[in-house]
Amino acid sequence: MLAEMIERLLDRHLDDGAQGRARSGEWLPELWAEVEEMGLPLALLTEDQGGFGLSFAEAGEALRLLGRHAMPLPVAETMAANQLLANAGLPLAEGPAGLARGDHLSVTQGSLKGTIERIAWGEQLDCLALAVGDCLYRVPRSGWSVVEAGSALNFHPRPALAIDWTIDAEAALPYCPLAAGATVRAYQIAGALEACLDLTLEHTATRVQFGKPLQKNQVVQHELAKLAGELACATAAADLAGEALARGDLNGVAAGSLRAREAAGNGAAIATQMHGAIGFTREHRLHLYTTSLWTWRDEFGGQVMWAKLLGRAALAAGGDGYWPMVTSL
Amino acid sequence: MSAIPFPAPPQDSAEVLALRTEFRAFLDKQLGHRTPRQRSDNWYGFSREFSLAMGQAGYLGMTWPKQFGGHERTAYERYVVVEESLAYGAPVGAHWIADRQSGPSIIKFGTEEQQHTILPRIAKGELAFGIGMSEPDSGSDLAATRTKAVRDGDLYRVTGTKVWTSFAHEADYVILFCRTSGTPADRHMGTSQLLVDLKNTPGLTIKPIIDLAGQHHFNEMHFEDAAVPASNLLGQEGDGWNQVMSELAFERSGPERFLSSIELMYQLIEVLKGREDDSAAITLGRVTAQLAVLRRLSRSVAAMLQNKQDAGLQAAIVKDVGAVWEQVLPDVARTLVDAEPDPRTQRAYAGVMANIVHNAPSWSLRGGTREILRGIIARGLGTR
Repeated sequence: MLAEMIERLLDRHLDDGAQGRARSGEWLPELWAEVEEMGLPLALLTEDQGGFGLSFAEAGEALRLLGRHAMPLPVAETMAANQLLANAGLPLAEGPAGLARGDHLSVTQGSLKGTIERIAWGEQLDCLALAVGDCLYRVPRSGWSVVEAGSALNFHPRPALAIDWTIDAEAALPYCPLAAGATVRAYQIAGALEACLDLTLEHTATRVQFGKPLQKNQVVQHELAKLAGELACATAAADLAGEALARGDLNGVAAGSLRAREAAGNGAAIATQMHGAIGFTREHRLHLYTTSLWTWRDEFGGQVMWAKLLGRAALAAGGDGYWPMVTSL
Repeated sequence: MSAIPFPAPPQDSAEVLALRTEFRAFLDKQLGHRTPRQRSDNWYGFSREFSLAMGQAGYLGMTWPKQFGGHERTAYERYVVVEESLAYGAPVGAHWIADRQSGPSIIKFGTEEQQHTILPRIAKGELAFGIGMSEPDSGSDLAATRTKAVRDGDLYRVTGTKVWTSFAHEADYVILFCRTSGTPADRHMGTSQLLVDLKNTPGLTIKPIIDLAGQHHFNEMHFEDAAVPASNLLGQEGDGWNQVMSELAFERSGPERFLSSIELMYQLIEVLKGREDDSAAITLGRVTAQLAVLRRLSRSVAAMLQNKQDAGLQAAIVKDVGAVWEQVLPDVARTLVDAEPDPRTQRAYAGVMANIVHNAPSWSLRGGTREILRGIIARGLGTR
């Protein structure tokens, strides 16, 4: 039901022109208005919190669809930020929101100061769900200024923000914003890989070389099979991360997030290779997905941060404890 | 949408967790004395004693009807026992094939007599099975099978050669895939399956095929006018192709498709434990994430089997991605630890590494080669 609504909305309001404008750093106010109209920013909240009370699978599908359509606006971040704010008992965002950790920020005399890097669409956000140590703050737009422009590989803005905000409320941090961000990114990656597989199947069925469609070649078929494998892994990885986040298990989030990040790179490489030169251009839609995959796989804690966390848990478990650790993920 | 769907996997309920704990204790009691090198044989280990203990404790034929000596437990409960066995490196060879595929094939296609005489003995851990599919000229191309069974009164007269039959020299039965009419040019037509008693079939000789590690798992089975009772026909004469495809679906669906080198992971962690630098942790984190996701996909296949869904495509994906994982692990270890593997050493790490490097090439061959699996997946994507 929600999935169909999202599909309809994105079909109507997210055409190639809109994608192009987002790529020059232009905010898409009409699209955002539609997203809010649908209530999408509240999609991960329980009914008690004013959300839809979606099942786990439905919420995951909604997040995957954002990836499947290469949604350029920070909808997934806003969904995750609202969930975090609601769980902390803080007011929800009244527009697009960001998620960040800022352990290096200074908290002195009731104010929060310092710079945080690479916040998606930082100029346009209504507020940030910002964690410092064990505290969560809801920092409103008046609490920061943009100090340095930045851009992601898909050319969406990632500015650095100078925070200077008089703390009006704080809450105990329910869970790490990086874990929430890594989890929604895993779902988006799975969705974008679905699009990559569809586009690659379509291209290799219609592109004729040496007198036959590309996909009649066994070597091409085997690459398609590998792409389907990466997609299966990314989809399972996102669900693994989602379930782990719900029970507060950072090792599980790490496992799911890491495998999705890896699938992003592997899958984008296969899809591009199977498209030939056209996949390397802006003339074909594939680049919307590949550049987003390359963006998302490095965000909300990178591969190294999450791999260290999970690897240290494996070392702590030792040879005898390793398997029980794996079955608990 | 072209994605191949995997349903949500079953979760460990309190009952399943209890089974896991109970079974881990059983393994400790039965096998606690085995060395890392022995454990690294994984499902190439063969112990009648262990299989009998498994049967006695109710861990074989777990999903089968009680009337056949089974325990009517869920596919996921069986999955838990199987994955815990493999993770422990238990010597499962004497019940492995029978419990995984031969028994289920007999439940699906066997006569009442076959079901009542054979199944309870498999569930007790008394009967070991081998696989009778590949031939010298028919490996991946199973339909090119040449072994011929000609009806002669109450007998089939079998002539031909089967190869790569693990434990034929120890096992009690194989399910033989053969041609009961026509020629190899008829492909899928005219094929059948026969239950062959390895200990009591005149005209059958079994010869070892020694693998590159110097080990004897494989055998060649040579049938020369061998007499097999006609009552040993499994299922319908001429329906062998459909039956053997169903048998292969059982064969490809389990966690054995990514756990073959798990002992190396344990030993690697033991070696790395004291290290201060982060490079080891980063690498271990990445491979652990890959393993956790494979395990999730594999449990989804168990859910499909429980619901009697066709999981052929999903199983092919798990086996393809899984074999890459278990085969890459020695190379991952080599980026972290310098140690010359030694097949004769008593040292844990070098010995396990040697056994794994020697055996790893077979993991993307057995049960369907990587190339065959990718062909199956590509067909599932609609490319041919």
